Amino acid sequence: MLTQIEGSKAVAEAVGLCRPEVVCAYPISPQTHIIEAVGAMVKAGRLGSCQFINVESEFAAMSVSIGASAMGARAYTATASQGLLFMAEAVYNAAGLGLPIVMTVANRAIGAPINIWNDHSDAMSVRDSGWIQLFAETNQEAADLHILAFRLAEELSVPVMVCVDGFVLTHAVERVDLPEQDQVDRFLPPFEPRQVLDPDEPVTIGAMVGPEAFTEVRYLAHALQLQALARIPSLATEFAAAFGRRSGGLVRPYRMEDAETVVLALGSVLGTVKDAVDSLREAGHRLGVLGVTTFRPFPAAAIADALSSARRVVVIEKAFSIGGHGILGADVALALGRSGRDGPRVHDVVAGLGGRPITEASLRRMLAEASEGRLPDFTFLDLDRGLVERELRRMDATRRSGPSAENLLRDLGVASTRIG
Amino acid sequence: MTLESLEKTAAEGPPPESPATAGEPTLPEPPPSAEKRFLRYGMMPHMLCPGCGHGIVFEAMLRALSSRYEQLDDIAFVAGIGCSSRVVGYVDACTLHTTHGRPLTFATGLKLARPELKVVVVTGDGDGLSIGGNHLIHAARRNVDLTCVLFNNEIYGMTGGQLAPTTIPGAYTSTSPQGNAETPFDAARLVEAAGATYVARAQSYRTREFEEVFLQALDHRGFSFVEVMTDCTEYFGRTNRLGNGADLLFSQARVEPAIDADLAGRSTLQEVPPRPVRPVLEMGVLHESSRPTLDQAMKLSGAGS
Repeated sequence: MLTQIEGSKAVAEAVGLCRPEVVCAYPISPQTHIIEAVGAMVKAGRLGSCQFINVESEFAAMSVSIGASAMGARAYTATASQGLLFMAEAVYNAAGLGLPIVMTVANRAIGAPINIWNDHSDAMSVRDSGWIQLFAETNQEAADLHILAFRLAEELSVPVMVCVDGFVLTHAVERVDLPEQDQVDRFLPPFEPRQVLDPDEPVTIGAMVGPEAFTEVRYLAHALQLQALARIPSLATEFAAAFGRRSGGLVRPYRMEDAETVVLALGSVLGTVKDAVDSLREAGHRLGVLGVTTFRPFPAAAIADALSSARRVVVIEKAFSIGGHGILGADVALALGRSGRDGPRVHDVVAGLGGRPITEASLRRMLAEASEGRLPDFTFLDLDRGLVERELRRMDATRRSGPSAENLLRDLGVASTRIG
Repeated sequence: MTLESLEKTAAEGPPPESPATAGEPTLPEPPPSAEKRFLRYGMMPHMLCPGCGHGIVFEAMLRALSSRYEQLDDIAFVAGIGCSSRVVGYVDACTLHTTHGRPLTFATGLKLARPELKVVVVTGDGDGLSIGGNHLIHAARRNVDLTCVLFNNEIYGMTGGQLAPTTIPGAYTSTSPQGNAETPFDAARLVEAAGATYVARAQSYRTREFEEVFLQALDHRGFSFVEVMTDCTEYFGRTNRLGNGADLLFSQARVEPAIDADLAGRSTLQEVPPRPVRPVLEMGVLHESSRPTLDQAMKLSGAGS
């Protein structure tokens, strides 16, 4: 059914169509609308016997989800930013136990300084936890990925995180085609857990494992991710057959024919990137786009194949490894390096941190530089260098130069907090 | 400004600016009242909603402080995340803003590093009793020498009105659309049981009483705790059809059966009576005792000083 709907509500509707049995979450912006909408569906009696529980923290939300999933219930939660970090121990635990929980992460920056707006630092901080991580480009895909996520999670008994850009998608009203209940029921069979706590067949979940088998347990988790890598494309095909549109998959090429420069990115920024590439193509630049839908497991071969004839790759990412490099960019470079081919040069562009708009104009400027071979290997889009230099000088000049974030705000005239 | 001048403005548009100020953007001059000299005017406008009880309590805090201090340089304010915690951003003192639920742990570190400082933690029922509840009982158990003021508005205000561990049974929130089925915490009794040596409860309706216990708490050596009942008009008041800020404020004074008796069994918001009804809570000093504080136990400062 076609509808104009807020991203959060579209996600909630999709989750509702998946018939969750336990939903447990803690409010945090910009995730809260999702869980409020699920709560309203429970209240309206639309989710049958689904249990909706408010808890005291994200740590408790994931822990409750683990308990519910271990009992064989289809469990769902949602969080963002600090909430994801606070539940990190339980996030690893869910993956280590192989419990097929589905979680929405409404991507938001991590403090300090506190910032409620969108970037990908939160999801990147748990990329090594053993969860499958899918990134939505549009609200339609945000809704669809949840249906795919439950199916994938339960087939493989691996938890799946659906990353949806906070505010950019969660709070945007877009046209979304919401599936019918019987369509979802046909695509997503009832949950048949691989492991379940059952008094008639008692098992232990979460036993201690020492050096004798820990490597193998971890490798098994890796093997499941490799299985997911093989399964995700065929699942996307099944999804297209069942719902009449493409969602999910590993990567998604756009105007890649004859592209010398390929832009690679995750999530909603792909929309702006495509607009920028369209207009630059009209100006004669040979540009293409490769959207990465599945970030973990990392589709190294698919990316290396798609980039095989490109001369350079511009990776736009909303997070980076401070003191190191871009995170997605490093994965791409490694994938290309290991492909055994003379691959394209990888340029990493960090953009959109803490909600800074990634404008088409800035992208066009940067991509024009890239296609002319003038883009450095590691850059920050629209970085105010003067602001940083001013603070560096202040730190050099005065030992007690005060909190930097507040200094920068004062330099910008945004706030006049007193120091000392 | 009189109502007459407001109506005149509404009918005829704003009066012309006087020649002295026309075209000149001017910053508002801080009013001369004693408590307002502690405000950070650069942080205005504040983010509290119209009718919010937090502003009343915050003003009372500043008034109490201004009766005691000329300047606040020897006080460190520590806050977490939430509407209550946000008010600390408006105090012109040393302020430390922490992650959600952790102000008491940051404050414990601060106090151990600088035992001579007066430390005031401002937290809310979500910050201090939910995600940070563990730290609250441990700070009380350790008898950390600081003052914790917990603004209890029975809801998560900043994120838009979700269920808190203090929400009254039966009350509607955005995450308890069927009415709250859980039993709330009694924050004051909780910290008393955990070992706090000064425990008081006050309300935004009676600010003088709040100022009194707040000053006593500041004077107290050890973990002093003031729970202050305030109102979230936008989310708690409106969602439960409990009236506006003034209605909610007056409801704190009324001695009537608990709100749960009134809300239980009502299936729609429309059936909730328009007048707010609050549980009757014991106010004033609820507990006072004396035992070594954490810094005394660790011999960081002289006993009994």
